Amino acid sequence: MYSQGLIGADGRTEETPEFLERFQRRIDAEEKIEPKDEMPEGYRRTLVRQIGQHAHSEIVGMLPEGNWITRAPSLRRKAALLAKVQDEGGHGLYLYSAAETLGVSREEMTEELLSGKAKYSSIFNYPTLSWADMGTVGWLVDGAAIMNQIPLCRCSFGPYARAMIRVCKEESFHQRQGYEIVMTLAQGTPAQKAMAQDSLNRWWWPSLMMFGPHDADSQHSDQSMAWKIKRFTNDELRQKFIDATVPQAEYLGLTIPDPDLKWNEAKGGYDHGPIDWDEFWRVVKGHGPMAKDRIKARKKAWDDGAWVREAALAHAEKRRARKIAAE
Amino acid sequence: MTATTPLWEVFIRPRNGLAHKHVGSLHAADEVMALQSARDVYTRRGEGNSIWVVPSAAITASDPDQTAENFEPTADKIYRHPTFYEIPDEVGHM
Repeated sequence: MYSQGLIGADGRTEETPEFLERFQRRIDAEEKIEPKDEMPEGYRRTLVRQIGQHAHSEIVGMLPEGNWITRAPSLRRKAALLAKVQDEGGHGLYLYSAAETLGVSREEMTEELLSGKAKYSSIFNYPTLSWADMGTVGWLVDGAAIMNQIPLCRCSFGPYARAMIRVCKEESFHQRQGYEIVMTLAQGTPAQKAMAQDSLNRWWWPSLMMFGPHDADSQHSDQSMAWKIKRFTNDELRQKFIDATVPQAEYLGLTIPDPDLKWNEAKGGYDHGPIDWDEFWRVVKGHGPMAKDRIKARKKAWDDGAWVREAALAHAEKRRARKIAAE
Repeated sequence: MTATTPLWEVFIRPRNGLAHKHVGSLHAADEVMALQSARDVYTRRGEGNSIWVVPSAAITASDPDQTAENFEPTADKIYRHPTFYEIPDEVGHM
């Protein structure tokens, strides 16, 4: 992804109706848009915001699970959790690279995350209180992420679509290892099963909120659908997730914490109870239980790593100077 | 703000006999760290057995605005393709 030349470049375009129409024709013909192609400024901005948020979510998402690595109950679980958290870091890097092709630098994106200007998925502002949460996060949170991400593999912007293909290939392991953890607990002692149920109770609704507001209240949905950045609406994806997940919970003998949840024969899917959107907006706006801790942890990592970045650059400079002197 | 860390393009050969293929990019201070990061970021599941890293600044790309004049002329040169030529069936496979 040849982005270096683009960083800081002025992405403004002359957006005449002819230009927008020409662009839309390419989108409608399922042509992929590549970084140096002409594109409306709004398309570029939407993607920078979306890919940036997505990348930040991967990086912040390492924290709630990193919390349990040292306390994993066996070496097998520890190795899997380490690999999963390392994957999340990798996913963040693929995505930052994709965003950088649009002319925004890694440093700018990092600063926006640390200053609170850029958002990340609300789900990571909830605490991971028990080992069962490692299972539930993999099963539900990664499960919801997969629902979101599979259609993104066909996103109209080439670098984002390519990054998502890599991410999706790796994500399936995350969900399966999570489900296996929950299954082990659900089939264990009554106390272990209760721990799994408690975890499901806490994560179910925040997982449904991951798909974002209802279609009627979603600001950016229509344009994103027209530009084929999004392929399904928030509510469509949420419905797919519920329909896929309810039987998985039934298999475990766990109860979804929604008294209104019931099969609707006519629509061939489940109906669910009302979602607490006040809670969603509170958490998105940074009032989630863990919001301050998450940003504090990222800021500490960035600040504590400053000397490493500086030393690495100084070392590279010294080697370059020595090489020139030797020639 | 400290100096920015340079960008590198990463190419991986999935196995011997195939060409190195572009897989993505990363930031690293020098080529040694770029190779190490490329191994960690892009080959966690046996994706390849050889890595190239190239400074992104060293890549010269064709201009998308000239795509038509660069590449469209080949479309009407159908005589460059074997199926342009009529060979009787009796001659057999050629």
